[in-house]
Amino acid sequence: MPLLTRWFVRTALLYFVAALALGTALLVRPLVAAAPLLSAAWPGYLHLLTVGWITQLIIGVAYWLFPRPDRARPAPPDHLGWAAYVLLNAGLLLRLAAEPVAILDPASDVRWLLPFAGFMQLGAAICFLLLVWPRVRAR
Amino acid sequence: MPRLTVWLVRASLLYLVIGFGVGAVMLSARALPIASATAASLRPLHIEILTLGWIVNLGIGVGYWILPRHAVGAERGGLAAVVAAVLLNAGVLLVGAGAALGAPFPALVAGRAAEAGAAIAFAVHAWSRIKPYGAGRPAAERKAT
Repeated sequence: MPLLTRWFVRTALLYFVAALALGTALLVRPLVAAAPLLSAAWPGYLHLLTVGWITQLIIGVAYWLFPRPDRARPAPPDHLGWAAYVLLNAGLLLRLAAEPVAILDPASDVRWLLPFAGFMQLGAAICFLLLVWPRVRAR
Repeated sequence: MPRLTVWLVRASLLYLVIGFGVGAVMLSARALPIASATAASLRPLHIEILTLGWIVNLGIGVGYWILPRHAVGAERGGLAAVVAAVLLNAGVLLVGAGAALGAPFPALVAGRAAEAGAAIAFAVHAWSRIKPYGAGRPAAERKAT
């Protein structure tokens, strides 16, 4: 298993645990009452599961299992994979931290972090596409 | 990789980028002067593209590629999987774009029906390919492996 895959899959597992823990916490009313940020964490919970866990796991496994690049063409540089990893996780964590604050206080300056979070994740998707596109080919 | 898998996986990668792009616009609406109604109208498109466009296209594409092949006849079958691919993508476009653009309700129902048809077609395709090791091969050949 390549190093990049190990990082993606292990990080995905951490998000899986974190998502289900957060999902549990969201159901405990006294906890939500004591920590108001939790009341605005529902979108974060959904994205922990769908981006942090499922998408990250898919990216890691695809990088590992898709056919090697055609020798006739230059392989995409590996740093695209690392860029995807960094951008995906930085964007997701930034969103998790900033979104509840921006929901509870829409005028907060923290809201300016959200476009960065969104476009970092978009950058990760583009890096992943460029990385694996040449490996998705007919025999 | 069979050609159908190539099409499905490449489509899924494009859906991933488009879906994350739509998500980035929605997230930006909390800070930038993008009407919140616009961002809210993008939500069904975002969900449709990323769940059925990205994840399901990838799932059926990879399933078509790696499930055990038939010992006789076309090694992966074919028509039902192609039907599934066409119906799934027609459904994603109808439901996703239709909801974002305010398409009439029957168009959304047709899109969902196409997606359900895709699920049936892929199940029909995959059912006979889900089998134990060596099934469908002559006994002598099974022993040799």
